[in-house]
Amino acid sequence: MTPAALSAVLLSVPLVSAPYDLLARLVGLWSDGLGWVGERLGIEMLDYVFMHHAFLVGALIAVMAPLIGTFLVHRQLALIGDALAHTAFAGVAVGLFVNSLLGTGISPYVTAIVVAVIAALAIELISETTDAYNDVSMAIVLSTGFALGAVLISLNSGGLAVGINQYLFGNLSTVSRENAVLLVVLFAVVALVVTVTYKQLLYVTFDETAARVAGVNVPWYNRLMTTLTALVVVGAMQIMGVILVAAMLVVPVAAAAQLARGFREALLASVVLAQIAVLVGITLSFRYNTTAGGTIVLVAVAVYVAAVLAGKVQSRRVGDETPERADGAESSTSD
Amino acid sequence: MSGSHTGDGDGPLVEARDLTFGYAASPVVEDVDLRVERGEYVGIVGPNGSGKSTLLRLLLGLHEADSGSAELLGHPARAFAERERVGYVAQDVTEDEKRMPITVSEVVLMGRFPHAGFGRVTAADREHAREALRTVGIEHLADRKITALSGGQRQRTYIARALAGEAELLVLDEPTVGVDAESVDAFFDLLDGLVADGLTVLLVEHDIGAVIEHASRVVCLNREVYFDGDPTAFAESDALDRAYGTNVRREEGGIVT
Repeated sequence: MTPAALSAVLLSVPLVSAPYDLLARLVGLWSDGLGWVGERLGIEMLDYVFMHHAFLVGALIAVMAPLIGTFLVHRQLALIGDALAHTAFAGVAVGLFVNSLLGTGISPYVTAIVVAVIAALAIELISETTDAYNDVSMAIVLSTGFALGAVLISLNSGGLAVGINQYLFGNLSTVSRENAVLLVVLFAVVALVVTVTYKQLLYVTFDETAARVAGVNVPWYNRLMTTLTALVVVGAMQIMGVILVAAMLVVPVAAAAQLARGFREALLASVVLAQIAVLVGITLSFRYNTTAGGTIVLVAVAVYVAAVLAGKVQSRRVGDETPERADGAESSTSD
Repeated sequence: MSGSHTGDGDGPLVEARDLTFGYAASPVVEDVDLRVERGEYVGIVGPNGSGKSTLLRLLLGLHEADSGSAELLGHPARAFAERERVGYVAQDVTEDEKRMPITVSEVVLMGRFPHAGFGRVTAADREHAREALRTVGIEHLADRKITALSGGQRQRTYIARALAGEAELLVLDEPTVGVDAESVDAFFDLLDGLVADGLTVLLVEHDIGAVIEHASRVVCLNREVYFDGDPTAFAESDALDRAYGTNVRREEGGIVT
C-alpha cells in the first residue's frame, strides 16, 4: 500500500468514527466559548469561527513546538525542524497530486505527516550509519523535499500557481474544524509520548554517552524525537507555513534558555514565551491583515531580544554567582 | 560471547580477556587482559592515543570488541542490563560548550533514572540525590545552573550522579582535565573516601603522580598492557619509559614508538 493510499484509509476512518465526532464537538465547544467571550467583551476578531480555530491551533502549537524544540536545540539539532518542514511540503504536494490524479479528497496534511515521518526516520538512518548528524545530509534532505514538492505541484497545475502560498506561509483563515481536530490529535500524541519518556529524552539530550552507559537505548530515542518533530512540524505548518515553522521550535527555546536555570524551568518558560508570541502574533496578524506565520515569528524574536536583555540584567544582579572558571585548563587530546 | 562462570556476588566487577579493538587496520587496544575485583582502586595511565578511553568504552560495552571478551559485573558488557550499578564520568565533563540550562540537582537526579524507568521519580529518588550531593560536599550548589560551576564543582556533580544511582563501580575517563590544581587534590581525596566506603573505582588519568599516590593498582597501557600491579612497583619499574617511549628500549617485549 502506498503512503497516499494508506493515508486515505487513515483519513476516511476517523472522519466517520466516534472519536472524531467527540473531538469535533470539543472544538465546537471551544469555538462557542470564545465566541461568547468575544461578544461579552466586544472583541471583534472573536466573531469569526476561523479565529477560534486559529487560537486553538496556535495555543496547541505553542505548547508542543517548544516542548520538542527544547530537546532539539540543546542537542544542537535545530536544523532538523527546518529539514522536516521542507519534506512535509513534499508531502503536501503528494497529497494534492494524488487528489487531482485519482479524484480523492485526502487532506494534504495527512500525506504531509506520512512523508515527514518517513523523512525523519531516513534522517536518523543516515545519521546512525554515518555516526553523525551532518549539515550536508540535512541540507540534502531539506532541498530534496522542497524540490520534490515544487515539481509535483507544477506537474499538477501546469505551473506553480495553485494555492501553495497557503502552505509556504501559513494561513489563519483556512483553519477548518477538521484541521483543528487533527491538531488536537497530534498534540495529544506528542504530549503523551514526551510525558512518558521525559527522563530518557532528557538523559540523551544532556549526555548521550552517559545515557548509553545508563542503559538508555539512544538510537531508539533519537528516532522517537525526530518522529515527534515531524508531527509537530506538520501540525504547526498550518498557520506558520513551511518556511517559518522551524522558528517555533527554536526561538522561544532560545529565549527561555536566557532566563531559566533548570531544564524543567526552561521547558515551562519556553511554552509561556511561545504562547505570548502566538497569541500576540495572531491578534496582530488579524488586526493588520499580515501573514500569521511571519507576524508570530517577529513577535517571538522580539520576545527573544527582551529575554536576552532580561538575562543580562539578571546575571549582573547576581554578579557574585558568576562562573568560577577553571582557567589555564586547556582540554588535553583524547584517546 | 564467552560463557560467564562468575556470579554477581564475589566475582570481578570487570573482566577483559584478550580484548582487541581497532579502527581500520591497526588495533587501538590489543590483547588486553584486565580483571578488577570489588573494592579495588585501579588507575589506568598511558600516553595520549594509547587506547585508554577506548579500553574504558569497551569495558562499558559502548563498543563491540573485534576479538576477546569484556564482562561487566559477570555479564557480557554489550548485553549488560543492570546499568544503574555502573557510574560513568566522561572525559569532557568540565567543558561547557553546551549552554543547556539544567541545575545541579537535575543532573544528579539522572542517576536515579535507570531505577525509575518509565515510572515517576519518587521522593526516595530525590532523597538519594540529595544524599549524594552531601557526600561530595556540594549540596549548597543544588539549584545552580551547571554551566555556572567551576570544573571541579562540575566534576563532583557527575560523581554525585553516579552515587545517586547507587553505583558499585565508578568509571572515570580523565576526570581532572580542565580542573584547577587545588580542586584536583580535593577530588582525589574525595575518591579516596569513596573507595574507603567500598566503592570500586576504575580511573583513566593523565596525572601519573596522582595515580601512583592514590590508586591501589596501576595499569600502564599503550595499546597493550605494559604494567599491571602495585603502584610502588610501577614507580620503580621501567614500564613507564617503555610505554611512553621516552627511553626507547627494545629488548623486552613490545613495540615502542
